[in-house]
Amino acid sequence: MDDNGGAFIVPVDVRIDRRGGKMSEQTSLRAPRLWNWHRIALFLPAMGLIGFFLIIPIGVIAIYSFLVPGVYGGVVWEFTTNAYRQFLFEQDLFTDEWAFNGAYLNIYGRSIGQAAVATIACLLVGFPTAYFIATRPPENRTIWLFLVTIPYWVNLLIRTLAVLFLLRDQGPINSFLMDWGVIEKPIRLAYTNFAIGFGLVYSYLPFMVLPIYASLERFDFSLMEAGYDLYAGRWTILRKVVLPVVAPGVVAGSLLVFIPSLGSFIAPDILGGGRNLMIGNLIALQFQGSRNWPFGSAAAMILLTLVLLALFFFARRQQGGLASSHG
Amino acid sequence: MSEGENEIAVHIGDVVKVYGSGDSAHTALHGINLDIRHNEFFTLLGPSGCGKTTLLRMIAGFESVTEGEISLYGQNLATSPPNRRPVNTVFQQYALFPHMTVAKNVAFGLKMKGHGEAETRARVDEMLRLVQLDRFAERRPSQLSGGQQQRVALARALAPSPKLLLLDEPLSALDLKLRQAMRLELKQIQRDAGITFIFVTHDQEEALTMSDRIAVMSEGALQQVGDSRDIYEAPVNRFVADFIGETNLPEVVIERYEGDHAVCRLGDGSELHCSVSEGAAAAGERGHLSIRPERLSFTAAGEEGSIRCVIDRTIYVGTDTQYAVHLGDGSELVVRVQNEAGEELPWSAGDEVGLRLATGAARLLSD
Repeated sequence: MDDNGGAFIVPVDVRIDRRGGKMSEQTSLRAPRLWNWHRIALFLPAMGLIGFFLIIPIGVIAIYSFLVPGVYGGVVWEFTTNAYRQFLFEQDLFTDEWAFNGAYLNIYGRSIGQAAVATIACLLVGFPTAYFIATRPPENRTIWLFLVTIPYWVNLLIRTLAVLFLLRDQGPINSFLMDWGVIEKPIRLAYTNFAIGFGLVYSYLPFMVLPIYASLERFDFSLMEAGYDLYAGRWTILRKVVLPVVAPGVVAGSLLVFIPSLGSFIAPDILGGGRNLMIGNLIALQFQGSRNWPFGSAAAMILLTLVLLALFFFARRQQGGLASSHG
Repeated sequence: MSEGENEIAVHIGDVVKVYGSGDSAHTALHGINLDIRHNEFFTLLGPSGCGKTTLLRMIAGFESVTEGEISLYGQNLATSPPNRRPVNTVFQQYALFPHMTVAKNVAFGLKMKGHGEAETRARVDEMLRLVQLDRFAERRPSQLSGGQQQRVALARALAPSPKLLLLDEPLSALDLKLRQAMRLELKQIQRDAGITFIFVTHDQEEALTMSDRIAVMSEGALQQVGDSRDIYEAPVNRFVADFIGETNLPEVVIERYEGDHAVCRLGDGSELHCSVSEGAAAAGERGHLSIRPERLSFTAAGEEGSIRCVIDRTIYVGTDTQYAVHLGDGSELVVRVQNEAGEELPWSAGDEVGLRLATGAARLLSD
């Protein structure tokens, strides 16, 4: 019941702490329960969207993963865990016996490796970039950030095809190297793991740069001077002072690169030539060519579980870090 | 090497700092010459932008020296980076490492210098006791008050036993009461530690209360170097007289010089004997006097040797009362008289009174 006659004025008692900008503890205690109605109304649309377009599809996939595949795609409504079993084992066509098959596990292992390499490469390129931008005069930083995000304005598929064009045997890189006599015949760049990694780094680099930049921008550079003053060399300062303080940005950036890399579909499909299957391609295949929706669904659920585990692990670590910094 | 009382700790010779180059070049320091003695609490005092922090950062090694030399106990510092100088800094905003405990902050410099675990721990304990924070060793800087953070910064900078400690306005972030308490504490710590301190501040009261000697700076140049008393009692020029404490700066005509004194005529025609600072104008020219308000007092109007004036306003400021007065020609002065307990103010606005100067109250300044 809304006793206050539905007034729209939300009582705001937010006291900004002069230094930290933290809200006073009283804020949450003083806000009357009644106003929660308005707050719920504010986030209902988002809740609706997420509920409808996230929870329901995931629910559908979760259910499909426990059903029997239809002959021409689709599912037969019959419960089975075969889709998950198929992930690790192979059923003999004649004897119906299950034997261990590491092929799919391999694909997952390779995808995780590929995503990890892409993440590390993004970190090695992204951290210096973010550092460079954060140390520019404030009026120039926007321009640099803008430059970093420009590729985002072009469709991912087009950009990936452009990378393929660069890397292929007759592409500019190989022609350039041959013209200058560095190599005699083209080096195989396209349709390799290198190409996939390159495509992933290229696609997700801004996701690494932006969070690290956000951390570095708030970083108090007098801490570096303090380290320098206290007999630390430049690398020691980076390791012991800068990295620990901007760690949240590094972790956020790494997750933002790692997670989409793990499930990426376009880069491995186009740049890898579909030869080395990645998780994304495996799943897509089940819904297109193989017409095995339950197995595709199971593969997707396993990917989702992996991602959630990774997130959970980092969230725990972050919280642990925060907790120890306060107690 | 003997480090006697008068040994020079820091020598600053003809130091020039120029930022930028070509047309956009800006000279921040114009040839600074300064010798700071061993074990001295030395203060660089001046308004913001006077170059005092630049000079401090050059001693620390964060700024390059455009011209001139800086040496520490005879050793030229020019080529050593900050991490190779036996000099530590207490930063203005403390710059404590937020991800480390208080103890780890204090241990940082010792570890970097390669001290062993046990030695480091002992020294950290010693330093934390010195700044009375031994109970807070395992806290994070964010859990401490401003004054406590300040002391951690001090302990961290002192822990590696630097030959010289630099302090960049370390008290400016504290509130008044704490600032006053920290002044005494800082001075005490400096005496106990037996280390030369160079302290940068724009707060003249801070400078006067703590320093053995003060260098007053303005616009990239030294104005005066001396102890608190020199600076306050015998300012060399208008800038110093005006910047340190309150003062009256009436314009006068210099009548004549008598030995080391001068006779000057105020705007209303009355003549004053005054001490003379170096570089003051010649007889017959105009100049400025510095007369501290507390060196002026009132007497009955027309009394022998007093200057006739009229009180315009009185302001009660606790320990004393401030009177704004004007002389016969309309020129204004401020007089400060100490309040006596339980007494009504003896003079009020509109009264015509005689103004008396204490001996040596007036000083003729160079411009």
